[in-house]
Amino acid sequence: MTIKSLEQQFQDRIDAGERIEAKDWMPEKYRKTHIRQISQHAHSEIVGMLPEGNWITRAPSLRRKVGLLAKVQDEAGHGLYLYSAAETLGISRDELFDQLHTGKAKYSSIFNYPTLTWADIGAIGWLVDGAAIINQVMLTRTSYGPYARAMVRICKEESFHQRQGYEIMLGLSKGTPEQKEMAQDALNRFWWPSLMMFGPRDEESPNTEQSVKWKIKRKTNDELRQEFVDITVPQAEILGLTIPDPDLKWNEERGHYDFGEIDWDEFWQVVKGNGPCNKERLGARVKAWDEGAWVREAAIAYSDRRSRSQGDEASRNQGVSAAV
Amino acid sequence: MNKEWPLYEVFIRSKNGLEHRHVGSLHAADDQMALENARDVYTRRQEGVSIWVVESSQITASNPENQGELFEPAADKVYRHPTFYNLPDEVDHM
Ligand SMILES: [Fe+2]
Ligand SMILES: [Fe+2]
Ligand SMILES: [Fe+2]
Repeated sequence: MTIKSLEQQFQDRIDAGERIEAKDWMPEKYRKTHIRQISQHAHSEIVGMLPEGNWITRAPSLRRKVGLLAKVQDEAGHGLYLYSAAETLGISRDELFDQLHTGKAKYSSIFNYPTLTWADIGAIGWLVDGAAIINQVMLTRTSYGPYARAMVRICKEESFHQRQGYEIMLGLSKGTPEQKEMAQDALNRFWWPSLMMFGPRDEESPNTEQSVKWKIKRKTNDELRQEFVDITVPQAEILGLTIPDPDLKWNEERGHYDFGEIDWDEFWQVVKGNGPCNKERLGARVKAWDEGAWVREAAIAYSDRRSRSQGDEASRNQGVSAAV
Repeated sequence: MNKEWPLYEVFIRSKNGLEHRHVGSLHAADDQMALENARDVYTRRQEGVSIWVVESSQITASNPENQGELFEPAADKVYRHPTFYNLPDEVDHM
């Protein structure tokens, strides 16, 4: 059987709506694209914990603190689901981390913006998780089984994240004039970067066509972005906040909101590593990895010693592990 | 010499896109035999497209006696659920 006919068979399976599983034959490019996309997604979940973690100790009430803590904890779990999905494609966890730490792999550019005030936590839950949900709901039907199943789990958990953020925004925008101003300021700063989360315009996104053909993506960047704008504008109205876009208006004919041009220079600057927090975020990840090295080593040393020991010693150690 | 064949746990993926699910167990002399026996016992009516077998002794399981203390920490964390957050009716589907 020739390679070409294998590829054709593969495409036929995709076209028939079949899912691809880890041990199935797949074109090398399908595998590579998935490793890149899934790991980029995993890195985003993990790096995304940093801007929010920044506010855990300063949350304004216990209710807000436990909510934020639970959300950030979920994001760690999302990272794990996704790293595991990537590993089914034959790349190791250490290699994935190495790609992140050396800057070879990217993560969502939104996390390179700082969280300056408490309202930013509200804006992130509402807008950033909101944008992520739109992308992730699409991905529950992506063609690669392990990725799609990770997405189903993640989507179930995301709804609380967005509600948590929106509740913060609601509290602030119905609060004192200063609080409302703080909420508006957070919206002003996070609106455009949230739109950028969907990636470059379709014309500038060379991978989109192949991704759609392989059903990795089922909608284009611009379609998803439009969906986000249409859903989010009424939510801002309920808050009584103004979206910072003078060109934003309902287009009766299209049945969608028209919106202004994104600052693509800023987008590419941040992607290339020149955003306000790129160095800080990556630095924090590398530091956590380096400083955690002794813990990883100690756990392996303990496990090695335990598997070497026999009889009495094994049972004594079991007593130890039960007590830890 | 009388050595009992080890017990294997059998997991079947019913179709691509779904996870493998535990369907039962069987005895076999080795991994390959376990796979073949699982095929014969558990997929006679095309119940699956993929089989995993693993020796039961390789599975580390939680102890039902510790169930209480193991899962108790999640019991009082209502704030992990969407319903904990109060939103106006217009956006309550969020
Ligand atoms: Fe996310
Ligand atoms: Fe997440
Ligand atoms: Fe989230």
